[in-house]
Amino acid sequence: MIPNVSGCTYALPMSSENAVEAHGLVKNFKETKALRGVDFAVPRGTVLGVLGPNGAGKTTAVRILATLLRPDAGHAMVAGFDVAKHPSEVRKRVGLTGQYASIDEELTGRENLIMIGSLLNMTGTNAKARAKELLEWFDLTEAADRMAKTYSGGMRRRLDLAASLTGHPEIVFLDEPTTGLDPAKREDMWDVVRDIVARGTSVLLTTQYLEEADALADDIVVINHGEVIAHDTAENLKRVVGSQTLRVRPSDPADAAAVSVILSEVSAGAAVDQPRKGELAVPVVGDKALTSVVKKLATQKISVTELSLMLPSLDEVFFNLTGERQKPELTPEEELSA
Amino acid sequence: MSATAVTHDLAAVKHGPFDVIRHSWVLAKRSLVKTWRTPEGLIDVTLSPIMFTLLFTFIFGGAIANSPGQYLVFLLPGIIGQNIAFASVGIGIQLNADMEKGIFDRFRALPISRIAPLLGAALGDIVRYVLLFGIMLATGYALGYRITTTPVHVLGALLLIIVFALSLAWAPMLVGLLARSQRAVQGIVFMTLFPLTFASNAFVPTETMPAWLASFAEANPLSHLINAIRALLTETGPWQGPVVATLIWSAVFVVIFAPLAIRTYNRKS
Repeated sequence: MIPNVSGCTYALPMSSENAVEAHGLVKNFKETKALRGVDFAVPRGTVLGVLGPNGAGKTTAVRILATLLRPDAGHAMVAGFDVAKHPSEVRKRVGLTGQYASIDEELTGRENLIMIGSLLNMTGTNAKARAKELLEWFDLTEAADRMAKTYSGGMRRRLDLAASLTGHPEIVFLDEPTTGLDPAKREDMWDVVRDIVARGTSVLLTTQYLEEADALADDIVVINHGEVIAHDTAENLKRVVGSQTLRVRPSDPADAAAVSVILSEVSAGAAVDQPRKGELAVPVVGDKALTSVVKKLATQKISVTELSLMLPSLDEVFFNLTGERQKPELTPEEELSA
Repeated sequence: MSATAVTHDLAAVKHGPFDVIRHSWVLAKRSLVKTWRTPEGLIDVTLSPIMFTLLFTFIFGGAIANSPGQYLVFLLPGIIGQNIAFASVGIGIQLNADMEKGIFDRFRALPISRIAPLLGAALGDIVRYVLLFGIMLATGYALGYRITTTPVHVLGALLLIIVFALSLAWAPMLVGLLARSQRAVQGIVFMTLFPLTFASNAFVPTETMPAWLASFAEANPLSHLINAIRALLTETGPWQGPVVATLIWSAVFVVIFAPLAIRTYNRKS
């Protein structure tokens, strides 16, 4: 049982209706507690978004579910099979696309896909036909016979995803599929994910962007420091974190207090936050907030240099869920230079 | 976006005992394609043994065996043995690169035997050893080296070389799986191989070495391989003894390093 953000308890529906079920997963790497007892479920044919910052344990969870890692405690069922007891049954039914493209750069796109097809015991003819089909689907036909090392970041991701889909898996794990892609490429990737779901595939997607989880996921699990801190539908989650964030930067910092009062009047119940110096932000619901704030600012003759309405960042989601400001997580590059 | 035409129900695919061979072969083809595309990766089994042969023959030949020609008969199998050992570093580097690039994660998430990627890499390397053997015989021929035995003996020598090389390969594979960079793999393997190749009968007869070193050199697996090649190509003595000793050493390498490499590969996360 996980307390959900709308206040009541949320019993995980555990049955064969679920493509993926994780029960109390624990994983430690030496000193680091990557997972401290994580539960979630992906009902068949749906998309679960696992939302969390770098180092939250998302990748560890995915690697356990894809049978690449063994959990220290807890267990997981994928496609009806226990990942620890029947890993090869699980491997027959899942596709994994990691944060870093797992393709052979010295082979062409087509050769990569034919190789995967052959490893899945397809006949030569079938492996070639499937490769052709996937290359068309992922818009890689023109680049099909070029070595993958000449591909752009977006093309590599698409080839990697195509490789994961070669054997028509029932379940696909997408580990941060759009991290590092520019916004246009991100939307392309979203379309592909929607396409996969439309074909009846269940998807577990990890992401650092609420926007992405909101766009693709039926349910969202928010995970931090190896723990699930919220598990709810995208709709309910947004109700709590505010569907959007309204940001205001008064021209005169002395007006901050007055602006804060105005913002709290339109807020969706959460406190006014100060994400950056001189800037105030508040989660809002509905489409009247901005107009109302502009009117009040005008009445009180407060001038502003910035005024924006956007989906909350991960940071704001955490602030609204826990009331705590996130400690900045070190990216791998920063860890190296530290 | 095209509709899915090829259906392939993965869960229904039968998995049999021959899958390991089949999958290893698919992965061996992968490494052959890559070898074909980057022929400069073959320098260690082509140009570099030729260079070693020329250097040793003309620099040391006169001093060690009175004449370069006489020394070549002794030296050529030695160079083959030395470079078979050196060439084994390639497989360690390849595995290390595969892990770094994430392609191993793809293989590990597929319903294939976990040893298929290791076996595939090893099988793909056979081409390198055959090439090395052919190039060395050609170089030798140009310099006056003549085989005095039958083609069957020569083929036997080649098979022995392949068996030895594939067995030895488990050690650099283990290093490749454990080391944190490709440069580290190279450093570790060569640091081990240099003393192993020189403290053998590859370049000079062991009789001139101090007693402790001579006994090491005589037990050295490379010395047995080199003796077997000498016997099989130029009838320097009975080949049976050295061949059996080489096969025993090959078995020892497999028994020690294969389980360690497979275990390390399975535990990699």
